[in-house]
Amino acid sequence: MQVKILETAFDPLQEIQRYQSSAGSMKGKYGATSIFIGTMRDFNDGDNIKGMTVEHYSGMTEVQLGKIITEAMQKWQVLDVLVVHRVGDLYPDDPIVLVAVWSTHRGDAFDVSRYIMEALKSKVPFWKKEILQSEAARWVDKNTDGYKRHE
Amino acid sequence: MSIKVRYFASLKELLGRSEDELEFVEVMSVIEVWKQLNIGIELPDNILAAINMEYVSLDSLVNKDDEVAFFPPVTGG
Repeated sequence: MQVKILETAFDPLQEIQRYQSSAGSMKGKYGATSIFIGTMRDFNDGDNIKGMTVEHYSGMTEVQLGKIITEAMQKWQVLDVLVVHRVGDLYPDDPIVLVAVWSTHRGDAFDVSRYIMEALKSKVPFWKKEILQSEAARWVDKNTDGYKRHE
Repeated sequence: MSIKVRYFASLKELLGRSEDELEFVEVMSVIEVWKQLNIGIELPDNILAAINMEYVSLDSLVNKDDEVAFFPPVTGG
């Protein structure tokens, strides 16, 4: 398991490749890799967004992510998990979050990926502040329910 | 002996600072810590609390050398 909090832009596919090749114990064992990448949009709540700043509670972020991943690894059969999350200044199209899950079979990989993302969205202390085209800044109030369909 | 109190995101901006120190006199609840700080506003309804980086309810007890944090709902991912 690895959790990385990064202050600069990252390439999710490179992170996956790096982790997969360094985690020698998985070699030959994994039949499924589930990859979730969250990316910054250039719109939200009807406004054009030109940038974003992500703040976090350093220390608590790692504690809470570690607990979520440990819970998931106890509940499902997975081989390994990598979570990468950005903090600092972001721009549209920048990756915000990566959740990669390796397991023997696909069901566990899909389920754990969803579980970690939904738990991260509701429990891990990150906060987004959006910069609008007008230069006005606003904090995002709350995260939406991931199971609700967007019209 | 003191209690470190930290604020994040919109709450930090509202208060104009990121932390306070409170002298430890006796064990008290999280909401009592907020009141003792004399911040001048009621704790907003949506604010969450943590002691030593674990989520707690407002009636949880704070001990000497604990780190208490107050912050709005999280919006990562």
